Amino acid sequence: MAGGDDLKLLGTWASPFAIRVKLALAVKGLSYEYAEEDLASKSELLLTSNPVHKKIPVLIHNGMPVCESNVIVEYIDEAFAGPSILSDDPYERATARFWAAYVDDKLLASWATILFRGKTEEEKSEGKKALLAALDTLEGALAKCSDGKGFFGGDSVGLVDMVLGSQLSWLKATEVITGEEFFDGEKTPLLSAWMARFSELDAAKAALPDVDSVVEFAKMRQARMAAAAATTPNS
Amino acid sequence: MAGGGNGEVKLLGMWASPFVLRVRLALSLKGVSYEYVEEDLKSKSELLLKSNPVHAKVPVLIHNGEPVCESSVILQYIDEAFAGIGPSLLPADPHDRAVARFWAAYIDDKVFLFVHNLQLLKASSQASSGKTEEEKAEGAKQAAAAVETLEGALKECSKGKPFFGGDSAGYVDLMLGGLLPWVHVGDAMKGVKTFDPATTPLLAAWADSFGALDAVEPVMPEVGKLVEFAMAMMSHAAAAAATATN
Repeated sequence: MAGGDDLKLLGTWASPFAIRVKLALAVKGLSYEYAEEDLASKSELLLTSNPVHKKIPVLIHNGMPVCESNVIVEYIDEAFAGPSILSDDPYERATARFWAAYVDDKLLASWATILFRGKTEEEKSEGKKALLAALDTLEGALAKCSDGKGFFGGDSVGLVDMVLGSQLSWLKATEVITGEEFFDGEKTPLLSAWMARFSELDAAKAALPDVDSVVEFAKMRQARMAAAAATTPNS
Repeated sequence: MAGGGNGEVKLLGMWASPFVLRVRLALSLKGVSYEYVEEDLKSKSELLLKSNPVHAKVPVLIHNGEPVCESSVILQYIDEAFAGIGPSLLPADPHDRAVARFWAAYIDDKVFLFVHNLQLLKASSQASSGKTEEEKAEGAKQAAAAVETLEGALKECSKGKPFFGGDSAGYVDLMLGGLLPWVHVGDAMKGVKTFDPATTPLLAAWADSFGALDAVEPVMPEVGKLVEFAMAMMSHAAAAAATATN
């Protein structure tokens, strides 16, 4: 790496937002210092680097902080040489940004509902429907974006691959916890192939947490939420 | 002006939508001519449904037959696809660009605080126009905090110049500027001043400067018409809620 670049990433091991930044740094071949944050006791550095949201991930480049995961990924693409994360073509860039937003708005929200946000069985069931619908839509998106190649980014991993890929451990954890299969090799063959292909990447193996750890983490969080709900008086 | 070298540019929109306004302002600022198509959101056109099959929402920019959706995505597309024409919307330096994108994301996150009764505008089925006093107070507190944060953002980004983009209006100015008429609607209906010169002098001055720009002034919808529109939506929603509970 170039002598003058000091890179530090503040994150948490399970956060898909932090994971996608790790993926971007790996694709560009950048070395960096990683600091695991305890969100119950945030570091001074995190609080001063992201005073507006006090959230991870934060990338600190030569002392200058960059916040918001997708903003960080685009910054990494623009500030450093190496394989492109976004195409040069304005229309392809717009398409990638559209699908990246979709993945976070629809897909992430759906598994978060199933696991955490859904309070009733009905809400969780709605979450499952939403997850299946989102995967169905993404199958079509992958067909168009990949144009017969292996990734949303074409021959190489791009923004959408990173945003979706960063959630793979959580998606698999959701299957384990619910005992239901959301990925259907028959209904979404391209996505299923993509998942296998993405998981094999060195960058993915390094950045993605193992599913068992995520399952344990999710169950602990569910237990904490249930305990808090039980002790909170009705408002 | 004919499309000429820009290719064919078409914008599907709705006159009251702040998200559509952002795009109209961007095209105006860049000096890109386009065909505007007003959509009836209760009876969406084939073109809209075909161009935005995922969300079926406006705005949609159709450039040489290819649709671009989502206002923040469209604004960046306009900046990149028409790079040689008019001013740049985003700065050149990667860190400055990251700062601009950060604030654009912040504004989009807080839109519901700035756009009066946004849930009605989006025709959300579970929307209720009635809010408890507690909800209103909490909303007002959040709005005040957001405005204070944006005052700080403007100070940081403008570096003493009139706009978030510096000497000229850019991406962040457009993202917030599209919401301005609705901020004025909220002010008119609640008898408040969201960008108060006493507490947020930079934003108050910015609102005036932005609104007075040659590229902006003729494009902005009339606040009076928006107030009428908002009141019609609210009474419609109240009627629907009353029928639903009977």
